[in-house]
Amino acid sequence: MLHLIDRRLNPRNRSAVNRSRFLRRYKEHIRRAVKDMIAERSIADMEKAGEVSVPAKDVSEPSFRHAAGGDWESVHPGNREFVKGDLIERPQGGAGGGAASEPGSGSGADDFTFTLSREEFLSIFFDDLELPHLARNSLGSVKKAKQVCAGYVKEGPPCNLCVTRTLKTALGRRIALGAPAQECLELALENLERLREEGGDAGAIEALEREIAEMEGRIRRLPFLDEMDLRYRHRVSVPQPVARAVMFCLMDVSGSMDERKKDLAKRFFTLLYLFLTRKYEQVDLVFIRHTDDAEEVDEQTFFYDTKSGGTVVCSALELMHEICKARYPASSWNIYAAQASDGDAFGADVGKSGRFLRDSLLPLARYYAYIEIPDAAAGRGSALWAQYEELARASGNFAMRRVSRREEIYPVFRELFSKEKA
Amino acid sequence: MTPISTGCDWDFGLIERYDAAIGAAASAYGLDTYANQIEIISSEQMLDAYASSGLPIGYFHWSYGKEFIRNERAYRSGMQGLAYEIVINSDPCISYLMEENSMMMQALVIAHAAYGHNSFFKGNYLFRQWTCADGILDYLVFARRYVSDCEERHGIEAVEEVLDSCHALMHHGVDRYKRPAPLSLHGEAARAASREEHARRQFDDLWRTLPSAPRAGAASPARFPAEPEENILYFVEKHSPRLAPWQRELVRIVRKLAQYFYPQVQTKVMNEGWASFWHYTLINRLHEQGLVDDGFMLEFLQSHTNVVAQRGFDEPGYQGINPYALGFAMMRDIRRMCEQPTDEDRHWFPQLAGTDWVKSLDFAMRNFKDESFIAQYLSPRLIREFRLFAVADHWRQDELQVDSIHDDEGYRRVRSLLAGQHKRETLVPDIQVARYEHDGDRSITLQHRIHRDRPVAEASARETLKHLARLWGFDVRLEGIREDGVVEYCQECKV
Repeated sequence: MLHLIDRRLNPRNRSAVNRSRFLRRYKEHIRRAVKDMIAERSIADMEKAGEVSVPAKDVSEPSFRHAAGGDWESVHPGNREFVKGDLIERPQGGAGGGAASEPGSGSGADDFTFTLSREEFLSIFFDDLELPHLARNSLGSVKKAKQVCAGYVKEGPPCNLCVTRTLKTALGRRIALGAPAQECLELALENLERLREEGGDAGAIEALEREIAEMEGRIRRLPFLDEMDLRYRHRVSVPQPVARAVMFCLMDVSGSMDERKKDLAKRFFTLLYLFLTRKYEQVDLVFIRHTDDAEEVDEQTFFYDTKSGGTVVCSALELMHEICKARYPASSWNIYAAQASDGDAFGADVGKSGRFLRDSLLPLARYYAYIEIPDAAAGRGSALWAQYEELARASGNFAMRRVSRREEIYPVFRELFSKEKA
Repeated sequence: MTPISTGCDWDFGLIERYDAAIGAAASAYGLDTYANQIEIISSEQMLDAYASSGLPIGYFHWSYGKEFIRNERAYRSGMQGLAYEIVINSDPCISYLMEENSMMMQALVIAHAAYGHNSFFKGNYLFRQWTCADGILDYLVFARRYVSDCEERHGIEAVEEVLDSCHALMHHGVDRYKRPAPLSLHGEAARAASREEHARRQFDDLWRTLPSAPRAGAASPARFPAEPEENILYFVEKHSPRLAPWQRELVRIVRKLAQYFYPQVQTKVMNEGWASFWHYTLINRLHEQGLVDDGFMLEFLQSHTNVVAQRGFDEPGYQGINPYALGFAMMRDIRRMCEQPTDEDRHWFPQLAGTDWVKSLDFAMRNFKDESFIAQYLSPRLIREFRLFAVADHWRQDELQVDSIHDDEGYRRVRSLLAGQHKRETLVPDIQVARYEHDGDRSITLQHRIHRDRPVAEASARETLKHLARLWGFDVRLEGIREDGVVEYCQECKV
């Protein structure tokens, strides 16, 4: 007797729980691996899935088992040349035949390597980070829909039936349809009473009584609830605006910003971008580079095109302000900005930038991060740094950090966005 | 007769017809099987099934996740193909077929798993003794529910700790001999009554007048356990001073699962050999009857020879002796010896030559495990065919030495060495619970009987001891004792 069962439609991924248990257990290793990955990866690959390996000894499950050594005999097939008593040189890498049959020694020395999915990668990547001052500015391109009540309709599924409304309608219908009969009835009752007082003839009284009975019957026969009374709640889907963000990348591309510094800045921008895409469904990017004057460019130009000149920070800030006003009004966009510079700024520009930032930009922006990438040699902060430091003390949505080596990018980023401890 | 089907596509109706045909052939040979339940699954589900050792239901544990990730990676990168089938020792016997298989493959798998393995599960003495086919699915459901209940009540970490520790000792959580069944209250009362009756009959007041000699050993406390206990998990479950009841139950669950898998490890060669022999025999029978066409047979033979191929030790991809190859060859050889014995066979296997091969094979399947099966049935002819040779690897010698080869002098030696290779003791070091300081510091001492100077893997043993100490709650020690009785090493894990 055969039972044939088709299980193909059963839920797949039965091992998902076991897999997540595994990831949880090796979170530390995985986190470390993700960190290394960030250092090695090019930015375009940053949000792809990644391969993680955990040292074999850490995932191995211990048990009592034999090690190589001692006396063993093992039987093998395919003998062509040996006769009893032949000596064979011991193969390199441990004892030969015998040890090979031990349990568990087969899959040994290699690291345990596996692939993290993109989601797993990102969630570890941004584990316990949070966007400060996260707010949903409304409006924007429509993506989501929300169900809202929109009055009543005569047809609908039973679950949407509105009882009070239905009963009200029924009551109205009964009153309306019963009104003529009611009028006749009242008239007849009045007549009947008068006739009885006057002692009128029996035939007329009988006719009236018949009429009364008929009218009462008509009223009684009105259905309490009719199909036409039914009212259903009406729900329509109303497009909901989705919170969206714009991210401004401001970078100093003057002569003093060399490849290394640009690379660091790029890493920071990428991190911020990835992070924002996780929180907002739509993130626009605006690249502004500046030397002594600022211009909006595309990404490729921003990072790879060389242009040299002096440094006027304020020009970039002003441009950003203009773009904000023109395209990204603060009422409907969450504005984030990250500025990278080596801090080379001189004279009046420093003070002017600081003031402009404080008065015009910070009130608009959700968050403004400034990354200074000093020359490896320089020990103390630049003039711009000093100016900005005052700002940082005064306002809550401004943060600044100094980064000089590649490894520092991620820690600094984490530091900026780590969840505030309650 | 006309073939059941042509071409490689399968559908449910065809599977049923093939099953009916194969089942008819199987019962003609007298194969006794559990009822069959065949389930069609996808390759992803096959990967899932892999991770839990083929069990349809398992409790959650990270090590299964690791196994899953490892298999998935190997499969996706093309390093490892998927098994065509998984079969579960249960009643009804569940076999999984993959939807990607061709019709020929489905028929092969039905013959192999649903009739071959199935009859082995039902007939072999180890399975009969140690597994309970009709209860295993219910037990798995219970285990899973119990573990997740514990997780809810005591936290995932706490449960995971216990399971980790149990898994480390899983190889040593197996009974190899039946325990006497616990006495029932009724039996106990009957025994006490008969003892009293005996005392009454033997009563003689003279005995009372004899002076009593002081008893020598009375002062020294009795050793506990009286005999070394090989099932460490059992000992922990019964005697651990610290375990909470739910932890004890977890130990028991792992122990039961280990016991469930115990016969499978012991009968790999026989089980696969038996199943391969029967898929070969049954499908050939269908061909003789004209139920499958020549194209089907060619495809079948290709798969079959892939499965039962044995590479030589010096060929690339050699991974030791292929249990399918050895088992299949031995089963075929038994049939040959029954039907067409040579003089050599008559000399070596007088009990087989000329007997009914179906009965002889059935006897072999029922009453042996790999070790005894090889020791009993490996013929000189097969040793020659496989060109088996034994290599001695002795740690005192700088070189390996060829111990024996396929010649008159070597047959018996090669055979017993190959049988010994399938002994459990060869795979798992002999470690038993020797002492429990019940009235002292409550520590336990494990004894490792070192066999032929074979050491345990030290680092791994230390970790395992830590796990044992966690379960036990007090100090644990591991002593290695050489064959001459000298203690060679002692590891200790303090709590």
